[in-house]
Formats: sequence, C-alpha cells, structure tokens
Amino acid sequence: MALDSKIPAGDISRKWTDYKDHLKLVAPNNRPKIDIIVVGTGLAGASAAASLGEMGYNVKAFCFQDSPRRAHSIAAQGGINAAKNYQNDGDSTFRLFYDTIKGGDYRAREANVHRLAEVSANIIDQCVAQGVPFARDYGGMLDNRSFGGTQVQRTFYAAGQTGQQLLLGAYSSLSRQIGLGRVQMYNRHEMLDIVKVDGKARGIIARNLITGELERHSAHAVIIASGGYGNVYFLSTNAMGSNVTAAWKIHKKGAHFANPCYVQIHPTCIPVHGSNQSKLTLMSESLRNSGRIWVPKKKEDAEAIRAGKMKPTDIKEDDRDYFLERRYPAFGNLVPRDVASRAAKERCDAGFGIENNDTQEGVYLDFSSEIINKGKQTAYAQGNHHPSDEEVIKLGKAWIEEKYGNLFQMYEQITADNPYEVPMKIYPAVHYTMGGVWVDYNLQSSIPGCFVAGEANFSDHGANRLGASALMQGLADGYFVLPYTVSDYLANEIRTGTIPTNTAEFDAAEANVKGQIDGFLNNNGTKTVDHFHKKLGHIMWNKVGMGRNEQGLTEAIAEIAALKAEFYKDVFVPGTADELNTELEKALRVADFIDLGQLMARDALQRKESCGGHFREEYQDAEGETLRDDENFAFVGAWEYQGDDINNEVLHKEELKYEYIKIAARNYK
Amino acid sequence: MASNKNINITLKIWRQKNAKTKGNIETYKLDNVSTDSSFLEMLDQLNEQLVGNRQEPVAFDHDCREGICGMCSLYINGQAHGPAHKVTTCQLHMRSFKDGDTIYVEPWRSKAFPVIKDLVVDRSSFDRIQQAGGFVSVNTTGRTIDANATPVPKHDADRAFEAAACIGCGACVASCKNGSAMLFVGAKVSQYALLPQGKVEATQRVLSMVRQMDEEGFGNCTNTGACEVECPKGISLENIARMNREYLFASVK
Ligand SMILES: Cc1cc2nc3c(=O)[nH]c(=O)nc-3n(C[C@H](O)[C@H](O)[C@H](O)COP(=O)(O)OP(=O)(O)OC[C@H]3O[C@@H](n4cnc5c(N)ncnc54)[C@H](O)[C@@H]3O)c2cc1C
Ligand code: SF4
Ligand code: FES
Repeated sequence: MALDSKIPAGDISRKWTDYKDHLKLVAPNNRPKIDIIVVGTGLAGASAAASLGEMGYNVKAFCFQDSPRRAHSIAAQGGINAAKNYQNDGDSTFRLFYDTIKGGDYRAREANVHRLAEVSANIIDQCVAQGVPFARDYGGMLDNRSFGGTQVQRTFYAAGQTGQQLLLGAYSSLSRQIGLGRVQMYNRHEMLDIVKVDGKARGIIARNLITGELERHSAHAVIIASGGYGNVYFLSTNAMGSNVTAAWKIHKKGAHFANPCYVQIHPTCIPVHGSNQSKLTLMSESLRNSGRIWVPKKKEDAEAIRAGKMKPTDIKEDDRDYFLERRYPAFGNLVPRDVASRAAKERCDAGFGIENNDTQEGVYLDFSSEIINKGKQTAYAQGNHHPSDEEVIKLGKAWIEEKYGNLFQMYEQITADNPYEVPMKIYPAVHYTMGGVWVDYNLQSSIPGCFVAGEANFSDHGANRLGASALMQGLADGYFVLPYTVSDYLANEIRTGTIPTNTAEFDAAEANVKGQIDGFLNNNGTKTVDHFHKKLGHIMWNKVGMGRNEQGLTEAIAEIAALKAEFYKDVFVPGTADELNTELEKALRVADFIDLGQLMARDALQRKESCGGHFREEYQDAEGETLRDDENFAFVGAWEYQGDDINNEVLHKEELKYEYIKIAARNYK
Repeated sequence: MASNKNINITLKIWRQKNAKTKGNIETYKLDNVSTDSSFLEMLDQLNEQLVGNRQEPVAFDHDCREGICGMCSLYINGQAHGPAHKVTTCQLHMRSFKDGDTIYVEPWRSKAFPVIKDLVVDRSSFDRIQQAGGFVSVNTTGRTIDANATPVPKHDADRAFEAAACIGCGACVASCKNGSAMLFVGAKVSQYALLPQGKVEATQRVLSMVRQMDEEGFGNCTNTGACEVECPKGISLENIARMNREYLFASVK
C-alpha cells in the first residue's frame, strides 16, 4: 500500500487553518450516536478523551494503571515549549518550527511540525485556564527557561514537575467528563488487540487486569495514545509499565510502524549502579542551564577518582575538561541531547569516565560556579555589595533549591550523595522514542478509523527530539488536532449505528488473545520473563544503542530471533488467567518488545547515514560529528507487517520535502 | 557516598489471594540485597527468587519508580512508605536497613482502600472525589484568553503549586487513625482556591468534593497530624485548614 501523507496544499503558514475550514463536521445532535475508544490516558490520551467528551461523543478511555493520573507523562520534569515570545527574545512560530525541524535533523514532516508550532501558544493558555500552576515571576507573569538546542527562552515549567502538573490538568478535565458521564473510564484494563471490520477499526479486546476477564468494546473510531517503547532496552528512564503492546498489536493488523530505530538517548541520567537495577532516573535537562559538564583532563586523575583515591573537588579548574564548552562554544552545555550524549560516550570510551563501577561510565554535572554566580547576584539584588563567601554560597544554594530542589532531593535519595556539595554523576540513558506508528496529517494510521497520538506516533520529532517538545506534541494532538480530524472521519459514520460485538471479527480477535495467554500459562518453561527482557535489553543497548554499525546490527537481528525462539520455548509464567497476574502482564509485553527490537535493528541497518539519535559509526566526519545523507535517506521508513517472521516486513518510504526550511548540516559550534 | 554493600534480610509480607479471601503474613528470607537497590528492586529480587522456585510472586503497585506517579504504596514496618522522611516507597533505598533486619510489608490499611491482591489496594475513591468537582470547568476544545492576561501573584502560584504537588498516593489516609482523606482533598481544594481560574466555582467545588469524600467512607479529621508527617510530598496541614474555611464559607453562602 502506498503511503499518502495527506498533507494539504497551500502555504505552510495557512495550511492548517485552511484545512480546518474545510474538514467535515459532525453536528452536536449526532455526536452522542458515535462511540470513540481512547487507549491511554497520558497527556495525549487524556486530552483527547476530555476534548471529545466535551464535544459530546461517547468516549471510552482505557489505561493499565489504577488511575489515569499515573500515566508516564506524570514523570516529565523539565518543561513544555511554546512560541509565546513573552521574553521578547526573538521567538516566533517560525523559529519554533525551524528549531524543531533542525533539532529533528531534517527527518520530520514540515507540515506537522509547523502545525505544532502554531498551536503551541494555545496549549499554554488552555493549561493556565485549567488551573495548572506554572512558575511565575514577581510581576505575576509566566516564567520561562531554555532547553537544549535553542537560543531563546520558550520553555514553560512548574519547578521540576511540569509533566505532573500538565497531566493533572488534563486529568482534571478528563475527570470532569467522567463525572458528567460523557467519558467512561476503564482503569486497570489493558488493550490486547484491535478489531477490524471491513478493513476499518471497530473496537478492541481489553483484559481487565483485576479479574483477568477479556472484554469486547466496539466504537466507530479507535485512538491509540499508549506512549513510547523505550523499555525495549529494559533499562530506560520510562516508567516500568510503559510498553509497545497497543502500538504493536495495531501494527500486526495493518498499521505501518515508522522509523523504529530513532531512539533518543538522554545525556543527563544517573549512571547504572548494579545488576539488580530496574530502571534509570533522569535528571532534567533544565539542569544544564546551571550545571557545567566535565571530566578530568588527565587520565591519572580519572583513574584516581574511579579508585576512590580522589574526589572531584580535588581536581583543579585547569585540570578539568569542560568538553561540551570546548567542542561546541556557541551552545556549550546546551547542545541537543544526541550531541551531548555522544560527547560523553566519547570521553568515557577514551578512558576519562568517573564512575566507580564495572562500566566506568559517567561524567560530572557541576553546579559550583552557578552557586557562586547566583549567590552574588542575589546578594547584590538585596543591596549587599560585599557579601562574604559563606553568604554567597548560602544564597546560591537557596537559589538552586528554589529552581531544582526536587531534582536535587531525588538525586540524593538515589545515590546518597549531596549534589549541593559534590558534582552530580551523570551518563546517557534511553529516554524517548521518536519512531512509532506511522500516521498521516490527520494522525490516522494506515488502518482507517485508527488514529495514533502522542509518543506512540512517529510524526513530529524526526530523528531527534528537542527537549520540552514531547509534552507539547501530546497536548497539541489531543486538544487541538484530533478533535478536528477524528470528526472529519466520523462525519461518515453518523448513520452506522452501534457496532455489535457478537460478530465473527470480535470472536476471532478474542480467541487470538486467549490463545496467547493460554500459551504462556501452559508453557512450563524454566526462566522468568525478566530474564528474557534483560537479555533483550542487553542486545539492544550494546548493538542498537548510542552507536550502531553494520556488523553489530546484523548480529543483533540474528540474536533477537534466537532469543524469541528461546522465549517461547522456555519462559515460565506462574498463576492463572482469571486473576491479577503481574507476570502474565509482563510476558505479553515482552513478547511484543522482542519483535519490535528486531525491527528496530533492521530499520537501523537499512538507514546508512547518521542523523540525530541514530548514529551509524560508519557515517561520521573527521571530528566525530554525524554525516547525514539527504540524497538517499530523506524519507520516513514505514514498515509493513508480513507475519511472524520480522525479517519479512516490507519497507515503504515516505519522501520528505523541505520547501520552507533549507536543509543544512546541523551545526552547534 | 554510595554504600555498595550486600545485606541479608527477612521479610514478613502480607499475602492475600484476592478481595474475597482472608490474608496472612508469610515469611521469606532474601540474601545478597545491595544497599544501593531501591525497596522495590529488593521486591523484584524476591519475586525473581519466588518465580524461580515456581511460586507466585508478590503483587504490588508501582510504575514510575521516581517518586512522582503515586502508584507505589506499602506499609513498611508499620509506616506508610517506610522509615525515611518525605520519601515514597520507590525512592526508599535499602541503605536504610541493616544486615539481618526483619522487615514487615503490608498494604495500605483503610476501609476506603480495599485490598485487591497481596499489597495492591483499590484507590479509585480518590478519582471519584476528583470527578465530583476537582477541576475548572473550562472547555478543553475551545480557545481561551491569553495565559498572561490574568497575572497570578508569585506567592499564590507557588502555594498552589505546593498543594498541587500531591501525588494521590493515599499514605495520608493509610496513616490516619480515622482513615481520613482530608489532606488529599484539602490539597486539591487549595490548589484551585488559590488561583483566580479556580475561584468561580469554588463554592460548588468544595461542597461536592467533601460530599463525595464522605460518601466514599473516609473517616473524619481529628487533627492528629499523622497524615502530614507521613506525606511523601510534604503537603501541609494548612491545606486542611484552608479547605475547612472554604467549606464553612460555602455552607453559609
Ligand atoms: C523522566 C522523563 C522526563 C521527561 N521530561 C520531559 C520534559 O521535560 N518535556 C517534554 O516535553 N517531555 C518530557 N518527557 C517525555 C514525555 O513525558 C513523554 O513523551 C510524554 O509524556 C508521552 O505522553 P503520552 O501521552 O504519549 O504517553 P504516556 O504518558 O506514556 O501515556 C501512555 C498511556 O497509555 C496507557 N497504555 C499503554 N498501553 C496500554 C494498553 N495496551 N492498554 C491500555 N492502556 C495502555 C497507559 O496506561 C497510559 O495511560 C519526559 C519523559 C520522561 C521519561
Ligand atoms: S496528601 Fe500526601 S500522602 Fe496524601 S495522597 Fe497526597 S501526596 Fe499522598
Ligand atoms: S512508583 Fe511512582 S511514586 Fe513510586
């Protein structure tokens, strides 16, 4: 099937407005006749469900947690971008559009990204109206900070808990709709298959995680907002439950999966501590506004630190290598994440890592200069022009605490080190997935009637997401895009009537799910689900991680295929199907991660270029920077499922045309 | 500095097959627990051991493991979220324990939070309280006024944020001898009461939320303050006072 992105004609700055004016509408009196299913209630799903409920549709929303308020979005720390130009520092819709395309290494769709930049300002208005307590300055106006990859201050935030506050805002709107009876909420339910009738999405099979019952739910349209798939690596910054199952299940039924190899590695996470570790914790990128990243200049010093014979504070200023400031003077510590991550890896690979464990990986994020700068500033602002050193440090620490207090606390809790006194140790970790289900301009997948929003789709981030743009995209999709495009699709459904669930299509989908569950429970293998998940993660991190090459990828494809065979033969899942069974939940998710992992490696293998988060070691310049190949690879790679063997998936290419932004090398020097 | 030690512990864990059956405490021995592990990583390790011995793992709630989603719960040695101050269970680390320790692990105890299985409880009553009025009735599809059109004093915004930082974990309820949800509800009511956007519906909001809270079977507040002490997010009792003022004001209106 050919890929039709359905990008409307016309000038980029008018596209969305003109297009919206011509989309079909569903009259208010017809909306209650239409059912919509929303899978996922993170930022994308909660905002979509609330908006569609508000419009008067019958909405059923699903999440696997005990409450929509706990979706992974809650963990986002740093902030959300919007082209408001409140700071009067030169921001505009165009500049946000430009930064995002460039940050995505020219592998995102211009039309989608422009629309995102256009609605970004509305998102902030909407959230403030909902009672989201963003940070304010003393004049009562909204405060901003900057994030990697930009030179303006356009990031809105609520301390280090922006995702929490935005999600609670969307959750409150969703709660209102639930209270009004317009949205029915299914907590602790996991969607395990999609049901198609005459080629269209018509419902889902969901498992009630408490009783184990398989339920059939029908609808005129299905929206998948199930988040990202970073947990394919086992260790990542994602919440433990984050998974690819909903996206993978629709892929198996005909939705193309785009750019799976585009994974963002975040530079500032707490390094791995040991083999029992279950996840990695992010330290918000906003810390790079105040922290300076360094490793020792001398190898002996790095060795002494690793051996515990020296402390970072023992190393003199001249003996520190502020490698980002050295290599990228224009952006310094605020280079985009892929650049910062690779630079850290390069130093650690060269033997300058500071972490005292078997990986020896880790660099410092040091706040001591900022504590002094801000301490002086505050003292002067208070009229004290001759503060003592102690006063300066005290005021500086207070300033840091006000801005990043919860992050510093979290760091200390996890590592038992006090980051006000000694620099943080950080290292890159898997964070966000730019790939996902392929969607057209309407956010519709290649299954008619099945829409995909938020991190689960591929659309707006290209090869590399800039900070503070995922929250923006989730809310843009849910509040401002889907209400229009889903309505356009549903305009042809007002006479369809309720869709019955006692049909052959629902029977088949339910039998399929039941077969898989019984297969696991009767397997009687010898190894735990986590055993396989960790093994998969190991292959992925080593061979489909921060740097990839042809040999490693080819090996990974074969190794994952072998792991898959072993998994189905030897996994042991205790318990029964008709109860809360956490091992069974994990087994079902890991099965999909294994397939996806193999597809990621295949996608990475075919993309013979380096771009953003995808660094193919064969394609780099003399200075170790990425070498893109725009002539041959300016496309979205969308994979079509062809049955059990992932090696048979077929690649379709959606060509990317840049009409409004001149494609150029990405340079942060 | 990271401690990097291994300890051996004994766990006394509440096992309960489902809401209908009775539960009991089971004893497990667990060796080689790294003191750098989190409490939940320690439970993962126990579960790997149990499943390896073909036994059923202990069910417990968790997701973000960053102290922000509010999903983890657990009574540890008789304290909600364990011994450390202002810390969720997922952020509690095993360095808080010593070699040879016996640790009691139980689910939240409260009538309004029935046990689902083992350590997992049903906290959906919190959702229903919020559905009763914990929101601003703004049309989520429309356009609204510019965000800076209504300045919010920094002090108010900061206090609203502090109240809004509640993660809905339920430790306040679990540690209250009356099983009261006043700290949670107070935090919600306060967040909106402090912001101009929330003022319009303030009266209706506090009345509806309090009514729902009572219907859910939560107990009364007798100002013992255990909730504040055990709250991992440091939500302050002031929020209860503010809610009471709002409620009184709304009732006489
Ligand atoms: C630690 C951290 C910090 C971050 N900081 C920032 C930041 O500062 N700025 C920024 O822009 N972005 C940030 N991000 C990224 C951003 O948080 C996510 O990309 C975004 O929140 C994803 O939202 P979502 O709605 O697409 O998915 P999620 O919030 O992941 O929601 C997924 C939903 O789907 C449900 N679900 C999944 N599968 C199923 C199924 N099979 N059946 C039923 N329900 C299902 C879940 O229950 C959940 O409700 C951060 C991410 C992390 C991990
Ligand atoms: S008030 Fe504190 S203890 Fe209670 S639910 Fe909120 S965060 Fe948890
Ligand atoms: S698991 Fe999210 S707060 Fe503990």
